[in-house]
Amino acid sequence: MHEARPSFWTRYVFSQDHKVIGLQYYFTAMFMALVGGLLALLIRLQLAWPGHTWPWLERLLPGFFSGGALKPESYLALVTMHGTIMVFFVISFALISGFGNYLIPLMIGARDMAFPFLNMLSYWTAVPGVLLMLASFWVEGGPAASAWWAYPPLSAVKEAIPGSGLGQTLWLLGMAFFIASFTMGGLNFVTTVLNLRTKGMSMFRLPMTVWTMFISSILGLLAFPPLTAAAILLLFDRELGTSFFLPTGLVFGDKVLSHQGGSPLLWQHLFWFLGHPEVYILILPAIGIAFDVMAPFIRKPVFGYRVSVLALWAIGFLSMIVWGHHMYISGMNPLLGEFFAVGTLAITVPFTVVAFNMLASLWGARFRFRTPLLFVLGMISFIGTGGLGGLFLGNALSDMYLHDTYFVVGHFHYMIGWVTLFGIFAGTYYWFPKIFGRFMDETLGKVHFWLSFLGAYAVFLPMHFLGFSGMMRHIYDPTVYDFLKSLVPWNRFITFGAFLLFAAQLVFLWNFFWSLRRGRVVTEDNPWQANTLEWTAPTPPPHGNWPGPLPVVYRGPYEYGPGETDFRPQTEPVPVAK
Amino acid sequence: MDGRRIHGMALALAFLAVLAMGVVLAVRPWFPPVGSDHGRGVQRMLVYTLGATGLFFILGHLALAYMVGRFSLRPVKEVPRLSGRRERWLALAPALLMALLAEGGVLALGLPVWGTYYGIPPEDALTVEVTGRQFFWVVRYPGPDGRFGRTSPDLVRADNPVGLDARDPAARDDVVLLNELHVPVGRPVRILLRSLDIIHSLCLREFRVKQDAVPGMTISVWFTPRMTGTFEIACNHVCGLGHYRMRGFLYVEEPATFEQWLAEQAPWVGE
Repeated sequence: MHEARPSFWTRYVFSQDHKVIGLQYYFTAMFMALVGGLLALLIRLQLAWPGHTWPWLERLLPGFFSGGALKPESYLALVTMHGTIMVFFVISFALISGFGNYLIPLMIGARDMAFPFLNMLSYWTAVPGVLLMLASFWVEGGPAASAWWAYPPLSAVKEAIPGSGLGQTLWLLGMAFFIASFTMGGLNFVTTVLNLRTKGMSMFRLPMTVWTMFISSILGLLAFPPLTAAAILLLFDRELGTSFFLPTGLVFGDKVLSHQGGSPLLWQHLFWFLGHPEVYILILPAIGIAFDVMAPFIRKPVFGYRVSVLALWAIGFLSMIVWGHHMYISGMNPLLGEFFAVGTLAITVPFTVVAFNMLASLWGARFRFRTPLLFVLGMISFIGTGGLGGLFLGNALSDMYLHDTYFVVGHFHYMIGWVTLFGIFAGTYYWFPKIFGRFMDETLGKVHFWLSFLGAYAVFLPMHFLGFSGMMRHIYDPTVYDFLKSLVPWNRFITFGAFLLFAAQLVFLWNFFWSLRRGRVVTEDNPWQANTLEWTAPTPPPHGNWPGPLPVVYRGPYEYGPGETDFRPQTEPVPVAK
Repeated sequence: MDGRRIHGMALALAFLAVLAMGVVLAVRPWFPPVGSDHGRGVQRMLVYTLGATGLFFILGHLALAYMVGRFSLRPVKEVPRLSGRRERWLALAPALLMALLAEGGVLALGLPVWGTYYGIPPEDALTVEVTGRQFFWVVRYPGPDGRFGRTSPDLVRADNPVGLDARDPAARDDVVLLNELHVPVGRPVRILLRSLDIIHSLCLREFRVKQDAVPGMTISVWFTPRMTGTFEIACNHVCGLGHYRMRGFLYVEEPATFEQWLAEQAPWVGE
């Protein structure tokens, strides 16, 4: 395990150290977030000023503009790639592959992942996925433009839209690489959590971060394979002339395609069988991080740890059987729709339990308002707002009116957008001192929090109400319809908010890289006075995590509160009763 | 500690501001008027859900603001620890209330209307076929014989947008229009929805009708319009670069006006 003198290559590039791999994922996600964020700004520019010409943007992105104006097919490509990049190559990368890799061994008291080589392979399988996605911006016809769900026939028939050419093929291949990589990571996470816990670390002493990563990995392992299969079948339909997803009698222009007997709904079932668990795969680790980050800053135990763990399992289980709520008006049997509606709203029970437990944890809190806590508090608010929006969409009848409107866009940007991002930010500010041996700047951190919190409300709360007015998604020019004209001021307002939100993230990036070099140096291994095991390791932890023997665990992770000190690390032995 | 108080107050105010923003936005009249029988049920469902979620939104943010404010101003020495049993019940109570509101809404308010919308329309319903194509709607009435003629994808041309087969007598009196749907007020209308290329979605906003049009399928929904006027038809499902301009018009007319209009339409006769 401990090589004598690792070279630059084995240390930073082809490293098998879970911490280096975690950081590789994290930095890749950071880069992709910039790309995805810039795409979002282009989307917002178009929605606020449709038809406006931007000659300087055309010079930067010649393929996307024509006569200075954004092309309609390029608008759809922007939307598609923004969604794909953010869901898979930012949130999954940073939250699960990044934090998961870095933290799981440290938090359970292991020297590394169960399969370090597989772990390295997982990252280097993800990289080609990233490159394929990025390369698709430069191919003829541009990147995929069939939305992140890639519904056929739009994604299957090359005549359907320019992005359905090579761009869509690269998208499918990129996804295949991503899924392969994610599967390797998931296997590793599950095995590691089950087998490599240190002495005394029983399952119910695991920090919530580890629990949620564990549950998410299991969900990913179960839900991704159908999408892999579907992606391969779609490639067959596109390249080999099969008809898995294409019915008889498709007409483009005057040309009748030769496909016969396939079903576009089959793709939707396979896609959402992953697509729905995927949102929980992303949200759960953010919630887990929130519990772990919160406890040291409220100096008391979190409320209902065991109940929360059970509730998270229930959420995970239910998330596997409700994918059809994305398909209420897809032409699926309406009776099936009602089954999915009842199942979906059953998730409100465990989800409310978890949200309530986060809220109730604050009762009697002895606050230390450091940046990580601010992001957790903001996240609790987002979970409330975004989660409640789910009640409109989980219900078949109200979804019928709101389906494919901006209500949906607002809703999911809270849940898999800002809840997860706030989890990432809370985790970054919190673990940065352990990872890099320096603190991030508090003032800049607070500026980042306030701009992000207010920006996210300015942008995504109004979107819900635009959905009430019927504003549909994927609309290149929202002034074509009379009933949308009155919403133009709102769209401009949202665009200003989006620019503010993006600027706030630049503050974060500046803070991050400035603090790497210049941040206040950490002088003790446990600067937040926290209980979990990663704080017992040296700062930053070496390869193998603990130079001496592995720590032994005697207690749960949340024993904060008055006593001799106001916290009791998991490694502190329990005094023997007299 | 002063920093703590300032932060606590700022956060409490921010949560109250979010609450106020939510309430101010929610009471604005965003919804278009409701123009159909089942649409009233859809609207009832939406308003009920807005009320139920609004209650939790308000209580949640009040609790958040209160706790952040109170415990940063006056930190408590000792928090009474609850027994595991009480902790479980406290966590479950709001969840059960939420489930009751949510599932109750689905089953009591949602299910009957959902069943009607997708159910069998009344005998006297007017049947219209709407076919989505990139990027227009083809509207077809069966003509005086009340039967839709045979179609085939091979026959689709610019002047025969759904591919009607002239050899079928039932086809020769069909009325075919582009982006224009006329229906009489007060009479049930059954829409047979099809697509010849991509998945589209027919949205009649004021009548609370939205349904995907899927190639290879014919999907039936029905509604009874109760409001006359001209309304916009929008495609709601991304269908290609012209998705944003796939716009049509719905004309809801008095029955006599509608009958007269229909009688004046030249039937499709074929070559």
